[in-house]
Amino acid sequence: MSATRAAAPPRTPAPDAGPGPAGGRRVPTLLRHLAVAAVAALLLTAVSYGLDPFRNFQLATVAAYLCATAGLTVLTGLNGQLSLGHGALMATGAYTVAFCQTAFLDAGLTGGWWLALSLAAAVLAALAVGAVVGVAAARLRGPYLAGVTLAVAVVVPALTVTFDGVFNGEQGLSVPVEPPPAGLGPYFPYERWQLWVAAAATLLALVLLANLVRSRYGRTFRAVRDDEVAARLAGIHVARTQVLAFVVSAAGAGLGGALLAVLAQSVSPGAFSLTLSLFLLMAVVIGGLGSLAGALWGAVLLVVLPDLTHTLTEQFTLSPAVAQRMEGNLPLAIFGVTLIVVMIAAPGGVQGLLARLGRALAARLPGRRRS
Amino acid sequence: MDRFVFLTLDGLSRGAVYAAFALALVLIWRAARIVNFAQGAMAVATAYVAYSVSAATGSYWLGFLAALAAGLLLGAAVDLAVMRFVDHRSPLNPVIVALGLVLLIQAVLGMVYGNEFLPAEAPFSRSALTVAGVAVLSPYDLFAFAAVGVVVVGLAWIFTRTAVGLRMRAAAFAPEVSRLLGVNVGGMLTLGWALASGVGALAGMLVIPTELGLHPHAMDLVFVSAFTAAVVGGLDSPPGAVVGGLAVGLLLSYVSGYAGSDLTPLAVLVLLLAVLLVRPGGLFAPVAARRV
Amino acid sequence: MPPSTRRGLAIATAIALLATSAACSGDDGGSPGRGPVPGVTDTEIVVGTHMPLTGPASAGYSKIAPATKAYFDYVNANGGVHGRKITYKIMDDGYNPANTQQVVRQLVLQDKVFAVLNGLGTPTHTGVLDFLKSNRVPDLFVASGSRSWDQPDKYPGTFGFNPDYTVEGKILANHVKTALPGKKVCFLGQDDDFGRDSLAGVEQVLGAGAVVAKQTYVTSNTNVAPQIGAFKAAGCEVVVLATVPGFTALAVGTAARLGFKPQWLVSNVGADHPTLAKQLGEAAPLLEGMIGVNYLPMQNDTANPWIQLFTKVNKEHNGDAPFDGNTVYGMAVGYLFVQVLQAAGKDLTRESVLAAVSRGGYQGPGLAPLRFSETDHSGYGGERLTRVSGGVQAYFGPAYETDEGDGPVREYTAAPVTPPANGIPTAS
Repeated sequence: MSATRAAAPPRTPAPDAGPGPAGGRRVPTLLRHLAVAAVAALLLTAVSYGLDPFRNFQLATVAAYLCATAGLTVLTGLNGQLSLGHGALMATGAYTVAFCQTAFLDAGLTGGWWLALSLAAAVLAALAVGAVVGVAAARLRGPYLAGVTLAVAVVVPALTVTFDGVFNGEQGLSVPVEPPPAGLGPYFPYERWQLWVAAAATLLALVLLANLVRSRYGRTFRAVRDDEVAARLAGIHVARTQVLAFVVSAAGAGLGGALLAVLAQSVSPGAFSLTLSLFLLMAVVIGGLGSLAGALWGAVLLVVLPDLTHTLTEQFTLSPAVAQRMEGNLPLAIFGVTLIVVMIAAPGGVQGLLARLGRALAARLPGRRRS
Repeated sequence: MDRFVFLTLDGLSRGAVYAAFALALVLIWRAARIVNFAQGAMAVATAYVAYSVSAATGSYWLGFLAALAAGLLLGAAVDLAVMRFVDHRSPLNPVIVALGLVLLIQAVLGMVYGNEFLPAEAPFSRSALTVAGVAVLSPYDLFAFAAVGVVVVGLAWIFTRTAVGLRMRAAAFAPEVSRLLGVNVGGMLTLGWALASGVGALAGMLVIPTELGLHPHAMDLVFVSAFTAAVVGGLDSPPGAVVGGLAVGLLLSYVSGYAGSDLTPLAVLVLLLAVLLVRPGGLFAPVAARRV
Repeated sequence: MPPSTRRGLAIATAIALLATSAACSGDDGGSPGRGPVPGVTDTEIVVGTHMPLTGPASAGYSKIAPATKAYFDYVNANGGVHGRKITYKIMDDGYNPANTQQVVRQLVLQDKVFAVLNGLGTPTHTGVLDFLKSNRVPDLFVASGSRSWDQPDKYPGTFGFNPDYTVEGKILANHVKTALPGKKVCFLGQDDDFGRDSLAGVEQVLGAGAVVAKQTYVTSNTNVAPQIGAFKAAGCEVVVLATVPGFTALAVGTAARLGFKPQWLVSNVGADHPTLAKQLGEAAPLLEGMIGVNYLPMQNDTANPWIQLFTKVNKEHNGDAPFDGNTVYGMAVGYLFVQVLQAAGKDLTRESVLAAVSRGGYQGPGLAPLRFSETDHSGYGGERLTRVSGGVQAYFGPAYETDEGDGPVREYTAAPVTPPANGIPTAS
């Protein structure tokens, strides 16, 4: 049973309650998404001025992770395919950006638009790798797919060590990135600029993804997830749909990895280990698999939870002997317990919990019953 | 030729342990349809129990038995205290809970024992015996083979020849019908977890002395190899786990011996793809119930 | 309202919520107290580090930063440096470069540390070099033997501590050349710059063709039997190891298993006897005769005044944690940093501390010279050989110094210094 339903989110609002399948209604959807993105962009710009540099950087990191978790949500939440190897796809994007930026710098090509070109190249590279993995993945189900994608995740460090002439082994490559444009003034905080770059790329990706989810393709994704046989009977080419979902998801991961590399100004295999792949999966499930909003919560958790647990454990004053044992371990323990408790108490993840709360509130307000 | 014999035997002795560990994964998969990502961390926890017991009593074998007992108890506890409460409608939820358990177990072990390597004792000499001038297996390797063999035979006996084994299979394959027939399905599930965790504990006890030593992360890499082995063999098939384990062990040994140890992950990926693209359910997959 | 709008609004609300919460918690990051120097007040100096406290790479390393902190606590208890107490913020990065990015930014941007001290690891620290440089944060005494830290033109604020791996390789090879001439030499190294630089040093001294068999290992594959089997087949008599402790123990254990007993020569990183003996357990006697290199006092040399001092500090301020080479290392780093602070004077700035390091001339527990100068940012420039005999690791022969190029391996004859009576360096 789980062979076909790798990941059905337990409590998704009926996904297609919106506009009908007629193509003519798609333009308003796009406009709506653009409007929401514009509001988010304005908000983020305002916020970037209110925050200190470290928070700006954290927010930029959230944006980078969000590309990857949104991609994974499309794959796992909407199409029902499991991937333990998205870290490898992120690494593909990250290394591509490193190569492109270095090449541009060597060729004397400087300026902000070359970075956009590098990011696009990273997306394309991840897309290509995603297509290869996706073709193999389309034949596999459940844990067998997990096994292959896990092996893909483990291959990345091995490749960088084997071809260390290209990838420079475990030490990795540096990613030359331009300082903020001179027009923004000489004292413009670098982290704010990083947030702008990451947020712009991420919002663009999200608009595209959100539109895809709402489109005919999104519906075929979900149809394949819910029942492969029924989807096939309805004339959907299952394998092709699954490959497409994998490719879209890989593009998201590639962009996420590329942004991380740009933020860090460096890339090394240790940053894209199997652990990262597993954490991405944890993030999207804890965030809530059904929707892109869940992906956002997941990305936020990836950045905030380690920080939060660290701060929390710093509150205790411990004797040196005890502190030595607790340091590092206590945050991990809290992280682990959080995962378990959230999964048991709110199997739909954060977004599922919020949706439930929202519904409960709506039900209490008289006369606001939705049809 | 000597080198080939050496690499083959070395690969087989590692493969035997992967086989045992893969078997533990298969047991839980068959009983509960969960890939237990916490298997490695649970096995490490039992190895720490063995370490403490051995240190207190001075006897390796008391520690060994304590590890097996701890494995059984820990498996049952994980089922009763955690997995029982997890919403199984999405198969990902148990996976995430298992990953949470990994973090928790490793962190607690780090707090109690420290994130340092502790020595892992081997009960028999690990020096290879020489036959006709070629270094072959060590007494310890023979012990590992024997232990894994006993487990394989024992499990086969339990599942095919005993009433409780039959009930466990029934509870796993048709829980509703079994419940109607008076089988304690929940109890059987717990028993399955306990058995699997016990086998995992044994695998841990066998493999940790051949690795870097006792450490909260000691089984991470073994888990990856064993999971690969289970997938290659087919997660529904105990014989598949054994064959898959030996195959992965041999592959790792040949590739590091003839090509370079940095290439082993690539070889594992190629093996997985080669097997799964021909047989998407693993080597020993049963005939698919529903093919469309 | 249509579901997509609702969902979009949910996302926007989530962003806003997050941003607000971030803004609220962001307030506490204000500059501490007076003046323009981050992390420095009249009563406090805040420094930070990144270390693997958890994860597979944490073994051994997780003890370094607490030892450094313990030494600082000792100094603080005795009045601090120029009236300022040292606060040491230890961040766990799990040896994951992505985490290092986060925690170092947190240290610099939020905690406003004065300097980053003794950040550990080549792949981890490489990723933050540019960030630290553009924020002008002194990046002192990086805990790794990579040559990347010695680039005064590119990274003027970064200084090393450990002897680099090439220096180590040259000193080990020099011992082979003088004490074990004519033996067949083989080499096992980690498959990164640690192994590569070390091999370069070995071949620098012995000649390019002198190493009969070269093998590498990766930390993700704990079976070294194929490599050791190849050494045995090649008839190696001397094996040089550029390995971390776990793989030193694996190599020695595996060789014994295969009935292969070469002379081992081990790089400093992987030669700490207590660590190895603990890991090998009952097989510890296999380490008998192993030759290693080191540049700090032996933790078991109770007659050494430095060890007496560090043991005392360990008892009083480190919860009497097990005392090993990592503890000595951590305290030696702390001692050097306090020396530098003293030399930088009462008017402490980031520029003055960098100038103080560049002036060089620091003498402490180390057996080899620290090479700091305007043009040299590498750390210790030499080492002394050690041998395990009767289960005890001890120094023998003279200390050596050399460079990472083709310079000769020379004896270093300067007499070792003793610590000041109260264990705290003074401005000289």
